[in-house]
Amino acid sequence: MYPPEFEYERADSVEHALELMAEHEGEEVELLAGGHSLLPTLKSGLATPDVLIDIGHIDAMTGIESNGEGFSIGALTRYADIDGSADVWEGATAFADAAHHIGDVQVRNRGTVGGNIAHADPASDLGGALLASGGTVIAQGPDGEREIPGDDFFMGMYATALEPEELLTRIELPKMGKNDVGAYAKKASPSSGYPIVGVAAVLETNGEEIESARVGANNIMDHGVRLTPTEDTLAGEPLEAEAMEAAAEVATDELDDVMMMEDLQASAEFRAQLTRVYTKRALLGALDRIESAPPAAAD
Amino acid sequence: MTEHDITLTVNGTEHDLSVEPRTLLAHTLRDELGYTGTNVGCESTLCGACTVHMDGDAVKACTVLSVQADGAELQTVEGLRESGTFHPIQEGFQKEHGLQCGYCTPGMMLAATDLLEENADPNEAEIREAIEGNLCRCTGYQNIVNAVEYAGAKMRGDDSGPGTETAAADGGVPTTDYEVVKIDEAAKMENDI
Ligand SMILES: Cc1cc2nc3c(=O)[nH]c(=O)nc-3n(C[C@H](O)[C@H](O)[C@H](O)COP(=O)(O)OP(=O)(O)OC[C@H]3O[C@@H](n4cnc5c(N)ncnc54)[C@H](O)[C@@H]3O)c2cc1C
Ligand code: FES
Ligand code: FES
Repeated sequence: MYPPEFEYERADSVEHALELMAEHEGEEVELLAGGHSLLPTLKSGLATPDVLIDIGHIDAMTGIESNGEGFSIGALTRYADIDGSADVWEGATAFADAAHHIGDVQVRNRGTVGGNIAHADPASDLGGALLASGGTVIAQGPDGEREIPGDDFFMGMYATALEPEELLTRIELPKMGKNDVGAYAKKASPSSGYPIVGVAAVLETNGEEIESARVGANNIMDHGVRLTPTEDTLAGEPLEAEAMEAAAEVATDELDDVMMMEDLQASAEFRAQLTRVYTKRALLGALDRIESAPPAAAD
Repeated sequence: MTEHDITLTVNGTEHDLSVEPRTLLAHTLRDELGYTGTNVGCESTLCGACTVHMDGDAVKACTVLSVQADGAELQTVEGLRESGTFHPIQEGFQKEHGLQCGYCTPGMMLAATDLLEENADPNEAEIREAIEGNLCRCTGYQNIVNAVEYAGAKMRGDDSGPGTETAAADGGVPTTDYEVVKIDEAAKMENDI
């Protein structure tokens, strides 16, 4: 199964990648990161680009940096590196949990955070997690760098706020406070491993009650969405299972039924039900992490 | 179409060659370099038969372009055996009957060694997670899990590892302690939703 022919260029730096993109303007160009969405599309003939620009070897675009406030995660950082980072598990638990649940080991050894988010497959596991984590996307183009809040990034199926001449260079995730917890719950397709639905939840707490919550979901609508009725219901609630269950009940209340994803795996109605079930599981998963954490006095 | 010059180090041997950009690593390994242990099953990243190590990590060679692998260190199943001695994972597959037709075996072994190199004492759940991307249509997986446990025990120098006891009294037939797992139907249904 050979993909159709294309030209191949390897970029050594962000600047070189931007130059190559400018040079090939007018041709059909695809960026190649981990290749785990692009190569399947090439093999099946769904994409027939003239040129692939391989950005996969740009050192400056890989790795996890952390300061007191948050993480800066290079676009080329692989899921396996996120999953292997105790720091990200601690400071951005829902995001690490989502990366851990992507595909299988081999996919996690190749797929990149930036490729996943830039590709904007509605079924990507990182869509909901980026929103729940309050993340920001950093893009670089010919005119320099700009920040795009996660909430403004996803526009639709495979559509984002990135301009064609821009690269996604990194994402930034704020660090959770010490009483905050997060989790990701996913109903995986038994054949592909992709989520049928996935829900990421981050609870900001004072140790006794929830101060605020961010809940993001993927593969429900054509792009990652926040489940605001659940978030609103959780604010001020105690850290108890009943509160989580009640908040999960309203998860789909404000979603436009007509726009709900519908495919061979799940009808819109079933998907709405799964969303409520998996919202509950994500919230209970987060709650579990509070209960299993050492008492605050101990640290 | 322009060909590209690349260098691949396979099982310690450096190869310089020219490839079309669209050539998949699995085909370069098999057709150009003769490492035919890299099996091709689905060609769509689903079966894991083509799994090799690239710079130390298990990857599916049908979903890597050879040009992407330029400069990489690769290991195929042929590289497991060193100076005529089986790698513990190969010995494990033999002793625990971890294969029937053998088609999935090279990929399974390389997925398993990726795990064992980091964690030589994995539990069953960790082993099953490590081979999640590899399909086997013959064995039902249990003997593969046993083979990985065997290899882990051997790699950490622990001869009394799980599943490796030999019933010497009845002629040395290898036996395995199977754990009887009672399935809670209600919990299972909940998980299936
Ligand atoms: C068998 C299998 C199972 C999978 N299961 C899951 C799953 O469970 N969950 C999940 O979320 N995903 C899953 N995936 C998809 C996988 O996560 C991909 O790796 C990911 O969607 C794309 O990332 P990549 O680095 O491979 O990007 P590539 O495939 O290299 O690129 C994808 C697209 O994104 C664009 N792009 C890439 N990087 C950038 C950048 N830095 N800036 C701008 N544009 C860029 C490219 O132009 C390209 O069109 C699976 C894939 C396979 C093959
Ligand atoms: S042949 Fe590569 S995964 Fe099946
Ligand atoms: S032994 Fe036949 S596919 Fe695994």
